[in-house]
Amino acid sequence: MSEALAFLMAHANTWAATALLCIGLWVVMVRGNLIKKVIGLNIFQTGVFLFYISMGYIIGGTAPIVEEGADAVYSNPLPHVLILTAIVVSVATTSLALALIVRIRESYGTTEEDDVIASDEA
Amino acid sequence: MIMAPLPASWLPLVAIALPMACVPLILLARRFPDVREGITMAGASLLIVVVALLAFALSLGPVAPLAVTGPIADLPLTMRVEPLGMLFALVAGFLWLITSIYAVGYMRAHHEKNQTRFYVFFAIAIGATMGIAFAGDLLTLFIFYEILTISTFPLVTHAQNDEARRAGRLYLGILMGTSIGLFLLAIVITYAVAGTLDFRPGGILQDKVQPALAGLLLALYVFGIAKAAVMPMHRWLPAAMVAPTPVSALLHAVAVVKAGAFSVLKITTFIFGFDLLAGLTATGLLQAVAAFTVIAASLVALTKDNLKARLAYSTISQLSYIVLAALIADPAAFLGGGFHIATHAFGKITLFFCAGAILVAAHKTRISELDGMGRVMPFTFAAFLIGSFSLIGLPPMGGLWSKWLMIQGAFNTQHWILIGVFAVSTLLNIAYLLPIPFRAFFRPLPDGASSGVREAPLPCLAAMAVTIMGCLALFFLPDPVIAFLSRALSLSGAFP
Amino acid sequence: MNLLAHLPALQIVVPLVAAPICAVLFNPRIAQPFAVLVSLVTFAISVGLLNEVLAEGEIVYHMGGWEPPWGIAYVIDPLNALLLCLVSGMAAIVMPAVRLGIGAETTERSRRLFLSLALLALTGMLGIVITGDAFNLYVFLEISSLSSYALIATGNDRRAAPAAFNYLIQGTVGATFILIGIGLLYMMTGTLNMADLAVRIVDLRHTAPIQAALAFILVGAAVKAALFPAHAWMPNAYTYAPSMVSAFFGATATKVGAYIMIRFIFTVFGAEWVFGDMMIGWILVPLGIAAAFAGSLVAIWQTDLKRMLAYSSVAQVGYISAAIGLGNRDGLIAAIVHVFNHGLMKGALFMVMACVILRLGRADITSFRGLGRRMPVTMGCFVVAGLSMIGVPLTVGFVSKWYLVLGAIEAGVWPVAVLVIMSSLLSVIYIGRVIEVAYFAPAPDDARIQEAPALLLVPTLLLTVLCITFGIATDTTVGVAAYAVQFLLGGLP
Repeated sequence: MSEALAFLMAHANTWAATALLCIGLWVVMVRGNLIKKVIGLNIFQTGVFLFYISMGYIIGGTAPIVEEGADAVYSNPLPHVLILTAIVVSVATTSLALALIVRIRESYGTTEEDDVIASDEA
Repeated sequence: MIMAPLPASWLPLVAIALPMACVPLILLARRFPDVREGITMAGASLLIVVVALLAFALSLGPVAPLAVTGPIADLPLTMRVEPLGMLFALVAGFLWLITSIYAVGYMRAHHEKNQTRFYVFFAIAIGATMGIAFAGDLLTLFIFYEILTISTFPLVTHAQNDEARRAGRLYLGILMGTSIGLFLLAIVITYAVAGTLDFRPGGILQDKVQPALAGLLLALYVFGIAKAAVMPMHRWLPAAMVAPTPVSALLHAVAVVKAGAFSVLKITTFIFGFDLLAGLTATGLLQAVAAFTVIAASLVALTKDNLKARLAYSTISQLSYIVLAALIADPAAFLGGGFHIATHAFGKITLFFCAGAILVAAHKTRISELDGMGRVMPFTFAAFLIGSFSLIGLPPMGGLWSKWLMIQGAFNTQHWILIGVFAVSTLLNIAYLLPIPFRAFFRPLPDGASSGVREAPLPCLAAMAVTIMGCLALFFLPDPVIAFLSRALSLSGAFP
Repeated sequence: MNLLAHLPALQIVVPLVAAPICAVLFNPRIAQPFAVLVSLVTFAISVGLLNEVLAEGEIVYHMGGWEPPWGIAYVIDPLNALLLCLVSGMAAIVMPAVRLGIGAETTERSRRLFLSLALLALTGMLGIVITGDAFNLYVFLEISSLSSYALIATGNDRRAAPAAFNYLIQGTVGATFILIGIGLLYMMTGTLNMADLAVRIVDLRHTAPIQAALAFILVGAAVKAALFPAHAWMPNAYTYAPSMVSAFFGATATKVGAYIMIRFIFTVFGAEWVFGDMMIGWILVPLGIAAAFAGSLVAIWQTDLKRMLAYSSVAQVGYISAAIGLGNRDGLIAAIVHVFNHGLMKGALFMVMACVILRLGRADITSFRGLGRRMPVTMGCFVVAGLSMIGVPLTVGFVSKWYLVLGAIEAGVWPVAVLVIMSSLLSVIYIGRVIEVAYFAPAPDDARIQEAPALLLVPTLLLTVLCITFGIATDTTVGVAAYAVQFLLGGLP
């Protein structure tokens, strides 16, 4: 029992990231409201951010700022830099998605996917 | 990258390019019908000169093959002149000129629309036929085979009405479906196992394939080459009869269908080889299919009242003669099959010319309407009679010799049943062909039915006269042709 | 400074810098020629790179002079040099016609933004192809994706917005999958440089994260390539996008997805492991065949011809996937050649649609009645490009099909060869029925129907002629592909 718990705890961040990925993907797939889909997409991407950030963390590591004479253990800064880019991308994606939703709302008068489809078929 | 040790080896390319070169000229002259048709005639005459020169060169000695880099890196497109293809090219080239003469009379008398398009695609089709005749490997043959299919589609659907649209569907569907679905597959498999696609005496598949695969390949080829119209791939040919008569005459009695039969003959002889072929179970099965086609198509022909439809089914039957000859895998049958390409061409084109003449002059398409017509169109029906004689294989017509050779081949290889098939089908030929001229000559004219009907325009009659001469010539002078053809089998000769 | 030595950087920098300039140019009349000029320069750079690769082999360029693994390297081998040419060439062909092909309602101001987005999309795709760094690939992927969502949404039809939104959702999920895969790779190997990855991965292949990375990246790339059954975004996106956007993306976007697949399988993970232990061939080939049938069958029933072409693309991507999955030399040649060839023919077909839409306002099958007479050149191009789609010899379609079937036979999977050929016969039906309508149905009396203007017609003709040229002279396509295969497969058969 304790071994299993230890295993779970040792990878806690990974589990959390996986959970976020699954929840996000589920929301994207199942929810019919377009805004909720975007929210799901954000949760999904947040899972990836968490995963990248945990990857660079080293137990006991400090921020990677070189100090004269200090013999510190540094966290790996590269994944953090990478994910900063991904976060920017995510923001751009979200804003574009919201812009599209505004357009859809203007021409269809709804933000429900089913209504959009029904409106086109009618 | 072109290797050309001899000028003569360039002539096949010239023969292909010449009709194609007529296309822009015909287009330029589209507003002047006389010039436009003059260009076709000039092109056809020049083509005959080129092909004759090539035949002369070949009779002196082997013509070096010509290779051009093609779409597939390891497979150059080759032109290789050998007697069988030479004969095919001679027949097709010569009959192009005759058909052009005929077409001038027919198309104008029939007031066809879009005549420029007609002449353009006709020229392309002839160029493609030349390519098939001189192809030195399967890929080259396949490329020109497809060009022929596509270029004849606008000719078949010339009328652009609903009937033409249906016919076009069937035409393109069957020819393209089989050629891409079966023929191309067979070619790729052949390349994968043999490492080459060259036509070589004795074949390239010997010792390279298991009998089962070889049998499968053979079936893919025989059915994949739907232009040979072996049943059940024959439906496109009757459908193609909606085309103007010159198309039916030259393309669907000579160039297109013979391209199919020629391809089968070439593949059995130079890809499989007689030895491999004779040992396959599949050969026997396919012989049965071809024999069935011979008989069944003749029987169907008997039931057709539409003259062109009857001729089409007759063509299907006659094509399977050649396929049968190819599958008998015997030198005599090969010669017979090759010779039959020529004799059937001259005989059948005469019959189509007659059918077109009847349509133009008397506006009749049904056999039951022809009672007594022999009195008003004596020349046309006399020509029909002579053409029928040639197809049946009666002297003094060339058709006798080709049938003779094929039967001899069946005899050599002890295919007794096939001899029976040949015999029965000859009787059927008589039954579906001869009643037509007899009806025209011996039945009385219905009252007032044909007032004002005269013979077809002069160009049509002249064309018929020439093709009749051809039938006669093939009877009296078979030896040079057969001697020439047999060099295709003598090993080194044509194949350096 | 030697400018030629910096060609790889210029390939990206030129369109990237040009994009914002295009957006802020004061006179919108200048924006169009400016974008054309930029795309032509970009194309010239691509051709220069291809020539250099063919003459001297692989080019490795260190961005900003930083050595990998710290800096980003651009690595150009024959494979991506060929793709650079395809992408920038399509841009150069399509760009001049943008004025006509994005619908009448667009104002000049929005057209300038449109051009800017198009240049950004071009930058993104070129970047995906040129980069030798896994994370950089993701960034470029998002640059091209985001601009393409926006471009698709500019379509006149109101359905363009939902189509773009769906594409955005699915595309983002796909791209994020790739991001996860790249993260896993970095976690295990500590590098993002593809060449380093390839070396370090060899000893780690048995580990679960590497295997998971392979799965994530392939799935993500499959979404981008619209590989069945992850193709759902494509039909609507291509149908409702402006004609020029359909033409450009139809010819390039899915191809870039296929490129990502090829690059990761062969360069990063190693073909013998992917196809040997992981048996990815058993996924790619059946999916590819299923795509070929499903796409072609659905295409037959479409009345909107842009949608028909989109479904036809689903089928064609299937061929590419099956060709990759064969895992042998001829299969890979088929995949690369088909990426290029299909780009040409689909580009030509979408350009035909652009011509028809300009004249008739729509591209459903009934609007094609009698077009054979009214727009003879346009329909001539449709016939030739359509024949190419069928795979008639002397067109590009034949070349790719030949290598695909040959590859299948050499891999010993005969049913694949048969199925590929059978599915290609379905294209006879969906191309044939359009030709039937165009040439056999009577034309309505409508004065608007006349030949498209030269600005659209010339690019259409050019692409059509290329369909034939590269179908006969295959040195540039098959030759380069065969050379590329040497790099990708190394010593493999």
